[in-house]
Amino acid sequence: MIEFLPPAYIMIAAAILIGLTRGWLRTAIVLVAPLLTLVDIWFIPDGVVTTISFIGYEIEPLEGSPVRRLFATIFALMAFGGGLYAFRQAHWYELAAAYAYAAGAVGVSFAGDLITFFLYWEFMALFSTIVVWCGGTPGSRAAGIRYAIMHLLGGIILMVGIEGVAITTGSVDVRPMLANDFVTWLVLIGLLLNAAAPPVSAWLTDAYPEASPTGSVFLSAFTTKTAVLALILLFPGEPVLVWVGLYMVMYGIIYALLENDARRILAYSIVNQVGFMVCAIGIGTQMALNGAAAHAFAHIIYKALLFMSAGAVVYRTGKSKCTDLGGLFRTMPITTICGIIGALAISGFPLTSGFTTKTMISQAAADESLVVVYFLLAAASAGVFLHAGIKFPWFVFFQKDSGLRPKDAPWNMSAAMVMFSLLCLLIGIFPQLLYTYLPYPVEYQAYKIGKVLFYLQLLLFSGLAFFLLLPLMRRTLTISLDTDWIWRVALNRLADAGYGALSALGGTLDRNVRQGLAATYSLAQRHFGSPLQGDRETPGVFAQTWSIGVTALWIVVLLSGYLLTYFL
Amino acid sequence: MNDQPNSDHWLVRPESIKRLWQVFIAVLALTVLAQAAIKVKGYFGVDGWFGFGAAFGFLSCLIMVLVAKGLGYILKRDEEYYRGRVADD
Repeated sequence: MIEFLPPAYIMIAAAILIGLTRGWLRTAIVLVAPLLTLVDIWFIPDGVVTTISFIGYEIEPLEGSPVRRLFATIFALMAFGGGLYAFRQAHWYELAAAYAYAAGAVGVSFAGDLITFFLYWEFMALFSTIVVWCGGTPGSRAAGIRYAIMHLLGGIILMVGIEGVAITTGSVDVRPMLANDFVTWLVLIGLLLNAAAPPVSAWLTDAYPEASPTGSVFLSAFTTKTAVLALILLFPGEPVLVWVGLYMVMYGIIYALLENDARRILAYSIVNQVGFMVCAIGIGTQMALNGAAAHAFAHIIYKALLFMSAGAVVYRTGKSKCTDLGGLFRTMPITTICGIIGALAISGFPLTSGFTTKTMISQAAADESLVVVYFLLAAASAGVFLHAGIKFPWFVFFQKDSGLRPKDAPWNMSAAMVMFSLLCLLIGIFPQLLYTYLPYPVEYQAYKIGKVLFYLQLLLFSGLAFFLLLPLMRRTLTISLDTDWIWRVALNRLADAGYGALSALGGTLDRNVRQGLAATYSLAQRHFGSPLQGDRETPGVFAQTWSIGVTALWIVVLLSGYLLTYFL
Repeated sequence: MNDQPNSDHWLVRPESIKRLWQVFIAVLALTVLAQAAIKVKGYFGVDGWFGFGAAFGFLSCLIMVLVAKGLGYILKRDEEYYRGRVADD
């Protein structure tokens, strides 16, 4: 077997070289490295490629399979699109961190054992935190710290789970399991944390919008989708995922409806979209897993596209709140059109990638006669159009005239947006291009006229609802509380209160001890120790002159006491 | 795009907005009426009913907006809410 160069190494090398080079050479590295990675990915055959023995375990750093290759492909494509979008605007250290982050995602994709898997997983946590910090504001610094704490915590849970699995099964192979004991639950929780599942979805919507306009494009792609891949590989058909996924879907919609910040709206809709995938993995049939994989592929493209479009607006105007934006379509036509294409794709509008992939998940639910799941997913599809499909472009590009007349996006940002827009349409119009590469054979017809009509009705009437209900959705200068309130406020208050109580207690104790000591001392001084003075007739007991006999008696008592205790 | 100095973009003039609404309503009507000719083969019977997609989409959105509005009363806080706290200073 030929020893393979793991594709992740190419990205890591690129990340290092980005820091060492300047000018056109750096640009060349940014643009060429993802393409080389892509080529390498497609040379990896199915099955375990490399095996190393390490502390008694079989380490398989490189294992190929269709679904792994599919995810690695989209990660590499994403790195290329993100690099193109960012290379003229982002700091070199942000690019380097983003490429290392992408390397982690590619590495996870091919990890054949849980140890390699975990290392790349933490690699991602590390460098994604740096990407958040590259936002460069006090807000991004604080959000980055919260982000890091959350992911390190998740990492610990995952690691304990992996060690437990290694001990109970004797193998660290990446293979399907069910959450049926303590250790597998820990693994599942560790993975779900990265998928932004409840109750900690807030890490995502807290951190991503604080990154730089270019940073949030990278962030939108890797962490949650590697978690989706990990769930496909480790927990296909785990029933609890169906409900976790549905919760995420609804959570994303409701919070996005309440949100004023354009990039945070998009962040909530990541949770929403990943919810579709998690739900599909829970259903677990071949159709459902195909749907989850296909939807992840399509989602990375249109979500990055949406973040690119929002990022271009933030880059040009410095603003991201709906209340400050509006009417930008006049001077930013390319950004507007690309943003609308991304918005239609995320809504699953016919002829876009969202339609050809998301309907597979609905089909899978219908095939399994999951009536409630099916109708909730359909309602959610309407809700996606409401909160992302119309709300995002409407409030950013149309709505009112904010008076802002920014220039359109710089050429490289535009080029990346146009490329991703075309991909959205390509997968929407020729779904077979994607279906060929799905993990299982696809016998699914995306375009049936009745189904198209159903979705057109569903989506267009959601649009009607949006415009009729606009008065109810007036943007306010607010944020919405989430579970992160618990650790940002409640725990803080608890800590403050606890600290206050402890220090009050400590103060009282300290005072009492001092007073007690002083009182005891003066008492002892008076009764035992005081020499002959003033009106007293005899000095204190210890200040008297004792006869030799008494002293000898005491010495005998003490020594026999010592002797006794020694032999006891 | 081709802004004239005195008149705003054609897309935001009242008469074009009115026209857009007319077109939108016509398209909405068309998608429902088309069901007379095109059979929507639902998965569970009920989703094949006439205009089901339209009603379901509209009502879902209505419910979600109302739920969001209701939760907003509990969850919404001023933007500065977290600012000045320990982790954010």
